[in-house]
Amino acid sequence: MRRSIASFAMLVVLLSFMLFGATTYSAEPIKIGFNLEMTGPVAGYGQMGWEGAQLIKELVPMEVLGRPVQFVLVDNKSDRVESSNATSRLIEKEKVVAIIGPMISGSMLAAGDICEKKQVPVLGPASTSPLTTQGKKYVFRACYTDSFQAEIAAKYAYEDLRARKAAVLFDISNDYCVALGRYFKDAFEGLGGKIVAYTPCNAGDQDFSAQLTAIKTANPDVIYLPNYYEEVSLILRQAKDLGLTQPMLSADGVDVPEIFQIAGPAIEGLMHTAHWHEKAGMTDIGKTYIAAYKAKHGGEVNSFGALTADCVLMVLDAIKRAGSADPKKIRDALEATENLEVVTGYLSIEKGDAVKAAVIREAKGGKWEFKSVANP
Amino acid sequence: MNAAVFFQQLINGMSLGSLYALLAIGYTMVYGILRFINFAHSDIFMVGAYSAFFFIVIFRVPWPLAAAFAVCLTALVGVTIDRVAYRPVRDAPRISALITAVGVSSFIENLGLVTVGARPKAFESPQFMSRVFHIGPVTITGVAIWVPIMTFVLLAVMMYVVYRTKIGMAMRSVSTDIEATRLMGVDVDKVISYTFALGSALAAAGGILWACKYPKISPLMGVYPGWKAFTAAVVGGIGSIPGAMIGGFIIGLIEVMTVAISPGLSGYRDGVIFLVLVVFLLVRPTGILGETLKEKV
Repeated sequence: MRRSIASFAMLVVLLSFMLFGATTYSAEPIKIGFNLEMTGPVAGYGQMGWEGAQLIKELVPMEVLGRPVQFVLVDNKSDRVESSNATSRLIEKEKVVAIIGPMISGSMLAAGDICEKKQVPVLGPASTSPLTTQGKKYVFRACYTDSFQAEIAAKYAYEDLRARKAAVLFDISNDYCVALGRYFKDAFEGLGGKIVAYTPCNAGDQDFSAQLTAIKTANPDVIYLPNYYEEVSLILRQAKDLGLTQPMLSADGVDVPEIFQIAGPAIEGLMHTAHWHEKAGMTDIGKTYIAAYKAKHGGEVNSFGALTADCVLMVLDAIKRAGSADPKKIRDALEATENLEVVTGYLSIEKGDAVKAAVIREAKGGKWEFKSVANP
Repeated sequence: MNAAVFFQQLINGMSLGSLYALLAIGYTMVYGILRFINFAHSDIFMVGAYSAFFFIVIFRVPWPLAAAFAVCLTALVGVTIDRVAYRPVRDAPRISALITAVGVSSFIENLGLVTVGARPKAFESPQFMSRVFHIGPVTITGVAIWVPIMTFVLLAVMMYVVYRTKIGMAMRSVSTDIEATRLMGVDVDKVISYTFALGSALAAAGGILWACKYPKISPLMGVYPGWKAFTAAVVGGIGSIPGAMIGGFIIGLIEVMTVAISPGLSGYRDGVIFLVLVVFLLVRPTGILGETLKEKV
């Protein structure tokens, strides 16, 4: 029995060599690695990113320099150490020319160190921490930075919402949330406002009633929640139950469709700094992407998928301009990216960072409504 | 902290604590009888919440019925786990059973990740659970009232089963001396199956109530509540059912009061809980009510 299975497996392997061996021989594919959060606490981000990558694959020709482009996906389980392992595996074993992901900054920092050493460019679709690209030659991103989005949020709170007292409830176990909380605090105080509560929580916490009761006592005009969607959705519900009526502001981490179901009616009125909105100046590829997304998945488009698609476009453009699939040449071409048309707008690269606009949106009637746009 | 805030935090702590208590009773029951920590208990808790979720969202079963189905189904899962994973290692050294339990826990979590996916799902809690009551400046949600009531009711039921019924007598007998019980003609495996069914039903009830309070369910939702409930069981005196109840409330209150007294220390709330666990294990490993070793159930 076992013998027949073994011989059958052998036959399958042989056949597949004969079938695929011939095609790969003529034009060896260029491999782009994806190191995404497919499982774990922020699996939503990685899964949406992969959706975006799959979609853009259908919309633009997947051939560059006469060679087919191939995507290789590795799950990093939303974990820093696993992200490093995934990066090494993609470089050493899969021999990819560039890597897209991880999504979240903590993991991206770990992956960036490895890519820097191995001299393979890595692109963070949504890694907004300023540290991600700091002092690194091979690390790029398709989004704005946290210092930028926190400043926009602080300015919006102070000027448009006329808030003078703010509370911050942030997750201390994630670099992203800590950094946003700090930048917001600095920017808000810089404008003349006062931070009346600056309270930490932990990723994976489910009960925030104690912190929210403390915030309620401090009586702020606005509450800033720079956390990931799982925490924010529960915070919103519990805040509503405790009778907090202040406007709530969050960051790009809440752009996940599930938040509307989990937070329920409590999400109404939540504002956040986002990467794009259909009403905020759309590129052609952006319009095509939105139409294709709606046809394929239904529902609203999300930033994580779009930004991952942006990374794919950036890599393809860089390979084309470099005229080579050598990671070092791709890196140089990426750094020279100028006014490239991508899904979420037009972007240029400056020291690894994308220079592009931020959008403020508000949750209304079960979807994100456009509020305003802020240019860098 | 003024009186109103203190009272609000007290309610926050009690409602969290009663959920820990419910979960802790399950840990303590199995331990009391088999002298074995069922680490998969926190995952059975997750299975309970997901079963209710599927009955409600997919099959559109009315809420109370869905909860009842979920509890029964989860009890069955608990019995199956015992039959498949724990019974074969019953006579092996205790450490083997412990490692098996860790393995089962990891297996259920990963099975959850591949079957239902890692992205969290929104749980629909019924109207009476999500209603908010205002008493002066203090607000209480329906869940915060229902959970302690349910916990007390279930505690009473458990005490009744264990101390007033024949199967309860058999359980206590197994806990005292498994070999002697077998010699008396009692079907020990059946008694243990009952124990697992009861424990898992409790975990399911806990999981459903937890999901009503924190309506975001994911395959790893049981991990932290499980550790804390385990701590509660140890603090209360592992093996003692009323102890688990007391331990649950203590842990819930410590967690909330840590944040209430010093919001800046919020990040250490889990740390404080596990510090309590370490202190208890060092100073009083038998917990608050765990003195009389013979009476443990």
